[in-house]
Amino acid sequence: MKVRAQFAFVFNLDKCIGCHTCSVTCKNVWTNRKGVEYAWFNNVESKPGVGYPKQWENQEVWKGGWELKNGKLELKSGNRASKLLNIFANPDMPEIDDYYEPFTYNYAHLQNAPLSEATPTARPISQITGESMEKIKWGPNWEDDLAGEYHKRSKDKNMDNIQKEMYGQFENTFHMYLPRICNHCLNAACVAACPSGSIYKREEDGIVLVDQDKCRGWRMCISSCPYKKVFYNWESGKAEKCIGCYPRVESGMPTVCSESCVGRIRYNGIMLYDADRIEELASMENEQDLYEAQCRIFLDPNDPEVIAAARAEGINEDWLDAARKSPIWKMAMDWKIAFPMHPEFRTLPMVWYVPPLSPVQSQIDQGNLPVGPDGAIPLAGTMRLPIEYLANLLTAGKTAPIESALNRLIAMRSYQRSVHVEGKADTRALDAAGITEDQAKEMYRYLAIANYEDRFVIPTGHTEETLDDAYGFQGQNGFSFGNDSSHGVSKITLFPRRRKDTVEPKELAPSSDNS
Amino acid sequence: MDLHNFLYGIYPYIALSVFLLGSWLRFDREQYTWKSDSSQLLSKANMRLGSNLFHVGIIAIFFGHAVGLLTPHSVFTGLGVSDMTHQMIAIWAGSIFGGMCLVGGAILWLRRMFNQRVSAVSRGSDKFILTWLLITLLLGLSTIPVSIGHANHDNPAVMIALAEWVQSIIYLHPDPSLLNGVDTIFKVHLFFGMTVFLVFPFTRMVHVWSAPFGYVARPYQIVRSKRFR
Repeated sequence: MKVRAQFAFVFNLDKCIGCHTCSVTCKNVWTNRKGVEYAWFNNVESKPGVGYPKQWENQEVWKGGWELKNGKLELKSGNRASKLLNIFANPDMPEIDDYYEPFTYNYAHLQNAPLSEATPTARPISQITGESMEKIKWGPNWEDDLAGEYHKRSKDKNMDNIQKEMYGQFENTFHMYLPRICNHCLNAACVAACPSGSIYKREEDGIVLVDQDKCRGWRMCISSCPYKKVFYNWESGKAEKCIGCYPRVESGMPTVCSESCVGRIRYNGIMLYDADRIEELASMENEQDLYEAQCRIFLDPNDPEVIAAARAEGINEDWLDAARKSPIWKMAMDWKIAFPMHPEFRTLPMVWYVPPLSPVQSQIDQGNLPVGPDGAIPLAGTMRLPIEYLANLLTAGKTAPIESALNRLIAMRSYQRSVHVEGKADTRALDAAGITEDQAKEMYRYLAIANYEDRFVIPTGHTEETLDDAYGFQGQNGFSFGNDSSHGVSKITLFPRRRKDTVEPKELAPSSDNS
Repeated sequence: MDLHNFLYGIYPYIALSVFLLGSWLRFDREQYTWKSDSSQLLSKANMRLGSNLFHVGIIAIFFGHAVGLLTPHSVFTGLGVSDMTHQMIAIWAGSIFGGMCLVGGAILWLRRMFNQRVSAVSRGSDKFILTWLLITLLLGLSTIPVSIGHANHDNPAVMIALAEWVQSIIYLHPDPSLLNGVDTIFKVHLFFGMTVFLVFPFTRMVHVWSAPFGYVARPYQIVRSKRFR
């Protein structure tokens, strides 16, 4: 047993309102730069839909993630030798149009245009070429709130094995939001695919980072990440990805997407896992066993044996304490209501999702749904969101765990309703769903109230352990020496300089001082 | 000192020194700029054909030059490779791989110059180095008819002179006079080729140093620790 700690997430889809605050805060903090205008470390998709980039879930197209070849785990895009043979042109590389061509608008024209009959318009400008764009054909969130034609959106890979025509009818249509960031996988395909070895997992918290100095732009990570969450910065020629807001996390703060979440759907916490079992558990023969397999890799932070082994690995007491209070452990392991997204990619992702059921509640209240013998829980198969769809997204198509999770979420509501409306606890629904009253109360506290301190249990990084001479370091923090400050006054440099400015309209609006 | 002695006695050392020291300096001080600088994200069309032909061609040409010119004459004769066989191999291999490189390079050059997106994000040095490499290649290819002419007269003297000149540079006793009887086209090709080494550290060419052969032997997962041990 080799115990490691992982900074992990749960997103409660039941409460996501699709407001994109997470995306915008992340964008403003991390990717508001030349070369990554098109990159969204955090994005929110409307499902069903083909997503961002288009069809990212379809690994027949992108060859992302892992597969079993003769019982052995191998990158779907091919082994090490094939990576080197394809290094001059990656055949699985997405193109900018698979994301979208980044654009801005010529806003100044609205003020500068001469008097005319027609209202002046601000035309779009490509942030790559700086030229006017005839028409914007795709964007970071083109399918927002089910925009676009159903037959195009239904190319969604999760609609496989589902009767698409039925859900195309207006009265049967369904919708959910899917916020996505890097999954900081335990068996990351991007790390494995990097020819220069520049992508790595941090031992202390499991955050996956790209070493910007070591990256050579071979771009195998871009296609190998099955979630398409590694982006190619076309200005710097380097791969960039979600950094798990590590400067914040190291100081005990949640990631900026989690902190700013309006619906309070995001949970940050620590999970302990057994690094010796990664390959074994990612190699399950049957795809549908992968969700349960990943549950088995997690180690119980209350188990004395695990605690001893964790201490032997140098994991600190405050981290063990955080692991015991982890909201992730509660939702994924205690209550079994959170699931990894697309476990069939075999990367052991560490952003887990509570499946949504919001549209169901009003249907129950209106008596539109047939309910079970307890008179409270609707039959799972009658819900608006097809369980098969959620299962294709979260458990490689296995419906039983999803059904059980949805039943627990409904039972918790049914119980709380009986307490607050009837004034008398009715535990029949809880009994049927297999949870206790105490668990239901705790679930209510975590899911409905979602206090800050319950959502975010983040131990600080131990900087004292990463400095060989902490005393010598005092007085130097915040200063940089040597090459960092070499971008001085000289206008000429031998080596290529970074082009800093993103494309903005050349035309300037009149200054208010002149009027 | 006349131009000939400068170009073929001193310039090679300037080019090689700048090549080695410049690469070292850039790796040491500006590693963030050390990259292949791929533009495949912006335009994928014809990349598999163009880039593969170009790269396979140019790598084969590089090693062809290295083996053909740097191997001591006695080794070839010891192996039973006659001068004429050597020259015929050079002509054939040069034509095949040079042709591949030319087709691929032309595809990449057209893309670099005329694809709106690729052209817009290209630095001056990107356009310069690709053009320079293609001119060097065209000059190299135009030496082939001359070589065939020599071969038709069973005359390997020019090839041997070129190899001896390269070796005289490498062994640090430069002898520009070895090139006195060599056709002008070879000399122009030499100048363009040496200049590639001169500008190498200041262009995207540096990615050549970083060919990731180590990948074949490393474990898939990489974990780094910040802890001081």
